[in-house]
Amino acid sequence: MILSLSKDTVTVAQEQDVVFLKNRVKEVAVRIKMGLVNQTRLITAASELVRNMMRYANGGKCLIEVVSSGRNNGVRLTFSDSGPGIPDITAAMRDGFSTGKSLGLGLPGTKRLVNEFDIKSKVGEGTIVTIIKWANG
Amino acid sequence: MDKIPILRMGRFLLVTIQVDLYDRLALTLEADLIQAVQKHNARGVLIDISAVSIVDSFMGRIIGNIASMSKILDAETVVVGMQPAVAITLIELGLPLKGVHTALDMEKGMDLLRSMMDTTDNDEDEDAIADDFITE
Ligand SMILES: Nc1ncnc2c1ncn2[C@@H]1O[C@H](COP(=O)(O)OP(=O)(O)O)[C@@H](O)[C@H]1O
Ligand SMILES: [Mg+2]
Repeated sequence: MILSLSKDTVTVAQEQDVVFLKNRVKEVAVRIKMGLVNQTRLITAASELVRNMMRYANGGKCLIEVVSSGRNNGVRLTFSDSGPGIPDITAAMRDGFSTGKSLGLGLPGTKRLVNEFDIKSKVGEGTIVTIIKWANG
Repeated sequence: MDKIPILRMGRFLLVTIQVDLYDRLALTLEADLIQAVQKHNARGVLIDISAVSIVDSFMGRIIGNIASMSKILDAETVVVGMQPAVAITLIELGLPLKGVHTALDMEKGMDLLRSMMDTTDNDEDEDAIADDFITE
């Protein structure tokens, strides 16, 4: 079972918010003594997801939680937006798939960088991406 | 608006990125560097990212763009001082960084560039080929 130990929501609407969000994620990761490589993986993943939210959905919000499961502590990030949604998630999860003429590595790459990855999207409603990185995962 | 300074040393251009770049700054750097390569007919570009803690696919793409456009203008790009955590993350992210050479520090990056330069080039102002060739 995964327990949520703390919650913090960051609204992302402009570039300064992105910097603020990454700093908050970093603070939380440091607080739970996540190692440097895992911190880097987590913040890079957050950077990809927040970029998608800004680019494809005009912003959204990110819930930052410290979670615990047994002895393991981690950071859970939930990115939610009310953008156009993703019509074909299987395609979007493929390396190189991009409707934005970019590298198409954000979603599949993020999945490789974290321990848990979940994406839900509905066309016309929005997208929710949830990731967990365990401190020693 | 902020700008990242580009230094010139002979036919090399040196850039030190001191902060985690936000997007606009990164795009400006890309444009400025390409322009500087052209203007100074540079043969090498050294980008020191030792102070950068996060390179995502956007930043990675910019570094790749700088390298491929410089290549067209006959300049090689060396990324210097990439933190190990960043290198690991880039691999897992799936970012190839094609055509980008890496070196541990500026000096080694400089040696690498010299060793890559065509010695038959008459415009060459660097005569010595570094004997300690660095492989990536
Ligand atoms: N929050 C989002 N809202 C709508 N579409 C999205 C969102 N995130 C990702 N996508 C879609 O998924 C595709 C793949 O995303 P990603 O893997 O990050 O690659 P890239 O951003 O380089 O295109 C995007 O091109 C876009 O079509
Ligand atoms: Mg993306």
